[in-house]
Amino acid sequence: MTSTSEDDVLVRVENLVKYFPVRTPGFVRRTVGQVQAVDGISLTIPRGKTLGLVGETGSGKSTLARCVAGLIPATSGRVTFDGEDITNLSRRRMAPFRRQIQMIFQDPYGSLNPRRRVGAIIGDPFVVHKTATRGERKRKVQELMERVGLNPEHYNRFPTEFSGGQRQRIGVARALALRPKLIICDEPVSALDVSIQAQVLNLLADLQQDYGLSYLFIAHDLEVVRHVSDTVSVMYLGRIAEAGPKEPVYDTHRHPYTAALLSAAPAADPEAAAARQRIILVGDVPSPIDPPSGCRFHPRCPKAQELCAQTEPQLEVKAGDAPTHVTACHFPVEAGENLATAASRR
Amino acid sequence: MTLLEVENLAVSFQTGDGVVRAVRGVSFALEAGRTLGIVGESGSGKTVLTQTLLGLTPGGNVSGKAMFDGADLLQLSQSQLRHIRGAQISVIFQDPLTSLHPLYRVGWQIAEVVRAHDRTISKKQGSERAVELLGRVGIPRPEQRVNDYPHQFSGGMRQRAMIAMALALSPKLIIADEPTTALDATVQAQIIDLLLKLQQESGTALIMITHDLGVVADIADDVMVMYAGRAAEKGAKHDIFYQPHHPYTKGLLESIPNSSAGLNRLRPIPGQPPSLINLPSGCKFHPRCSYVMDRCVTEEPALRHIGHDAVHSSACWLPEAAIGTGAEAEEIRDQTVQEGRMGAAIEVAQAIATSPDVASTEALK
Repeated sequence: MTSTSEDDVLVRVENLVKYFPVRTPGFVRRTVGQVQAVDGISLTIPRGKTLGLVGETGSGKSTLARCVAGLIPATSGRVTFDGEDITNLSRRRMAPFRRQIQMIFQDPYGSLNPRRRVGAIIGDPFVVHKTATRGERKRKVQELMERVGLNPEHYNRFPTEFSGGQRQRIGVARALALRPKLIICDEPVSALDVSIQAQVLNLLADLQQDYGLSYLFIAHDLEVVRHVSDTVSVMYLGRIAEAGPKEPVYDTHRHPYTAALLSAAPAADPEAAAARQRIILVGDVPSPIDPPSGCRFHPRCPKAQELCAQTEPQLEVKAGDAPTHVTACHFPVEAGENLATAASRR
Repeated sequence: MTLLEVENLAVSFQTGDGVVRAVRGVSFALEAGRTLGIVGESGSGKTVLTQTLLGLTPGGNVSGKAMFDGADLLQLSQSQLRHIRGAQISVIFQDPLTSLHPLYRVGWQIAEVVRAHDRTISKKQGSERAVELLGRVGIPRPEQRVNDYPHQFSGGMRQRAMIAMALALSPKLIIADEPTTALDATVQAQIIDLLLKLQQESGTALIMITHDLGVVADIADDVMVMYAGRAAEKGAKHDIFYQPHHPYTKGLLESIPNSSAGLNRLRPIPGQPPSLINLPSGCKFHPRCSYVMDRCVTEEPALRHIGHDAVHSSACWLPEAAIGTGAEAEEIRDQTVQEGRMGAAIEVAQAIATSPDVASTEALK
């Protein structure tokens, strides 16, 4: 799916699968099923660029991120980082890669230990990876604090003394400490107020420019993803529905799910909201324990036909699309096609 | 017909750290059948405001007036309020899982609302009513799902059940407090669509509390923007979105990522929302406002009428002509600020200009 040369690619995920066993309660714990959280995903994250991952609850975006970060073992498939296979490495062999892959989490309240001082939290990576002496540590931490827009004099404060946006900056400083090549941002701004969101997004953009960072950016807010990403992958129930550079995915998308997702996102513009043809999907995302046959989206798809329930569509370039833009759909959306099913607007 | 008229409502709480001034004098009116969107960040007082109307803020020090259907909600006793809550005014909360009791069947909980207000209704009749309501909010096979427990419902279905409960007694007003925040985008669209449809059918008035300007753009007729316990600006939806006057409203609109603007950088509002215990002097927004003037530091502006529309008003010292996002308005703002920034405001403006959020934005311009 990608035309970029091997040198430009930082992370390559090939056919990644992650199943979680479903067990009966009690002593025997028989395995009675599999949660197919991630089911055969391939993608690439280019150097210094941002891959945006969009999808609803249960689409497997966070599981995918955790597999890439090596926090949980993959069931099958391959993750290559900087040309080296890092799939299911032992703790010791993974250690040097952990330095280069860092994470920023969604909840700035839950991801910082309330009983430790900010200086100690941000300084932890130096301790764990033994990359700075005790003397250097304070200076380095204060440099980081300054870099992310925190007052270095607040070195000895506790997380509770900071607001949500400032806490997220602490999380960013911690992720930045070891100068990683990749930062995985799992919903980094969705817990923040609108006016603060923009502060953190700008900070992430600055850091990317200054340090040449790559981001794997997970969010459910489509406008945020559009703003930060270079390429976008749309996930549905553990599979990729559509992927490519952000312009075609947003502007000339081919998968009905992408169309529905984009039409559902509220725009802060009353005239655009009134003019928009909304596609209201029926029902909820099905359970990943027992995903639908064929195309996993078919029970909710406004274009579904018999074929969709029988055969799973493969990710492929559709007629007229750029070679980097792939869609997994038997009956892709044509330009000008109207799928709207919403109630008439006022 | 005016259904709800709130006048100068103020709520404060005594805490160990000091007095939290959650709502500081808010007035608004809501016509029957219309939708008011209340927008604000966390801590702006939007939830306390509406919960106070229903007597759900025990321990709060409440003053002001809230006339609903001829009665002042703030003067009613708890037992009188009990007849209004659910029957006349109902609420849909943000988190449908914690608002439903996990040990009772969904249908039982809906029937309970009906039976609590009319003891003559039998359990069987209540259950039939629950089936009908679940059908109305779009739950498939309601006769069977009525016997499910909340955990057997998905997030979107739970929120539908909450809406069914809110509709049960055909109230005149529904207060929806962030009803879609916990939901996925496609499910959020379903719920908004449902609310719009039900409102068209029943003519219920709706107060929609949200931090999401997109939801407001979709559903509201009028909008009130709250900041630090007060209305910063209110008006018809189109005026708020296309002719904003208050710098906070303008800042909120500009800080949303917007593909059509095609900007590489977002324009955040610098700084953090203030602490409600230790509020800044003068206009509460002045420490974050790029148009700060001397007057803003010392005097808090009152809400005053702005523009051509009768209901559009803004609490800002900038002249009335500084309305909208056009170049002309910007020029008026710049000129006013130049004349009005002689003393105290210079220092504040300096602090804003050198804050990390603004400094990097300006540098790249």
